[in-house]
Amino acid sequence: MLNDYNEVLQKLCHHLEQLVGPGVEITPQTDLINELAIDSVKLLNLIMEIEDEFDISVPINALADVQTVHELASLIHRIKAQEQ
Amino acid sequence: MSLLDKLDAVAAARKALLPEGVEVFGTPIEEVYSSTEARIGDHRILFLGTNNYLGLTFAQECRDAAQEAIHSEGTGTTGSRMANGSYRGHRALEREFAEFYQCRSCIVFTTGYQANLATISGLAGPGDIVLIDGDSHASIYDGCRLSGAEIIRFKHNDPADLEKRLRRLGERSRSTLIIAEGIYSMLGDRAPLADIVKVKDAYNSTLLLDEAHSLGVLGETGQGLVEETGLLDRVDFITGTFSKSLGGIGGYCVSNHPQLDQLRYVSRPYIFTASPTPATIASTRAALRLLREGVELRRQLWKNVHQLYSQLKELDYRLGPEPSPVIATILETPQQALALWKGLLENGIYVNLVLPPATPEGNSLVRCSVSAVHTSEQMNHVGKTFARLRETVFQ
Ligand SMILES: Cc1ncc(COP(=O)(O)O)c(C=O)c1O
Repeated sequence: MLNDYNEVLQKLCHHLEQLVGPGVEITPQTDLINELAIDSVKLLNLIMEIEDEFDISVPINALADVQTVHELASLIHRIKAQEQ
Repeated sequence: MSLLDKLDAVAAARKALLPEGVEVFGTPIEEVYSSTEARIGDHRILFLGTNNYLGLTFAQECRDAAQEAIHSEGTGTTGSRMANGSYRGHRALEREFAEFYQCRSCIVFTTGYQANLATISGLAGPGDIVLIDGDSHASIYDGCRLSGAEIIRFKHNDPADLEKRLRRLGERSRSTLIIAEGIYSMLGDRAPLADIVKVKDAYNSTLLLDEAHSLGVLGETGQGLVEETGLLDRVDFITGTFSKSLGGIGGYCVSNHPQLDQLRYVSRPYIFTASPTPATIASTRAALRLLREGVELRRQLWKNVHQLYSQLKELDYRLGPEPSPVIATILETPQQALALWKGLLENGIYVNLVLPPATPEGNSLVRCSVSAVHTSEQMNHVGKTFARLRETVFQ
């Protein structure tokens, strides 16, 4: 099922790998800003891709609380569940 | 990281990007000779990056009106209109703007930035949604933040993406404020207004259009994109600025919704700041008259636009998608952009250098803006210089 958290996490990691390139280990605890150097503009572009993939809208206010890969995956999962 | 360490990090990032001794941002201007010429260091330069689209900063009528206002009403109002009252000029300018747009009301603000802050945060609040174009100006983003509403971006100039997002919102689309710009400030492209209006009507949302760069530039009388497209009465709120085609400083919002006036009582960027000075209001009133009658200025402006856009296109510079008074050359690296910017300045042409993150899609831009009062000699010099610099920039 698409709204399964693990599937969200997997797809998110796939997007992140494309963004930061190979050779960087990405775990749920990875910090998006400090470890993957994803700045605010890159993050907004990533969100647009994710929105297309999951057919959701992610309010940018919600991103203020997102620091790790896990936190972003949970946010997407939560919005996806709400919209269904 | 401490507060001050964070600023040190900003300084280090800037130093890494820009060579020593080049004051790229906030370049000192020693003397201003006219709306198109000034002195930087020992060099006479041509302004090709201001937003002085109609060249009105030196219009005699505007300067006389400002001087007269200083003599009769003083240099400032020293307070907000809420507390210290509305001068005759404030009220007259609001009437004149409302009449210009054939709208019920207008509110004038101290800057264009504040016009967006005040209008957006006055209209939307916690629990509402603002649905904004991804390439929106910082004042729109900041207004949305101040509102406390949920902020969702749609893909730049993509009404289908806007529609998809409204559909997902269901009933909440009724409490959604959609925001777009007449002409986008970085690449000079227009919003697809007819399609946006259709989508907004279908979902019973509200539409705000920022005509900052299109006022005075588009439409027979210069109202902006609403006039060019004949959609004035389909847009709920229009904001704009006095700082570009009107050659002053300040901003406005016009609307047919009677509720607009209530913004005066709820909108912090209107209440908690001093009102525009008498000189500003007087020069803007004079400029608005010239703008409305400025058919010839607009003809000259667009002649210059088409000349430069087609010259740069022929030279194979990568440009924004359509000719407009904002003509941006898009470069792959900040270094190329800096080389072009410096080359132009060494040849007496001062333009805007715009680097990420202030640019769409992380590109670097050398942003030119064309004025009605640029002469054909000046435009020829610009074209020749771009041709000469091509080799150096792309080597
Ligand atoms: C689209 C847009 N809106 C608003 C503003 C703010 O206007 P001002 O600079 O007059 O405060 C600007 C200009 O900076 C702009 O480009």
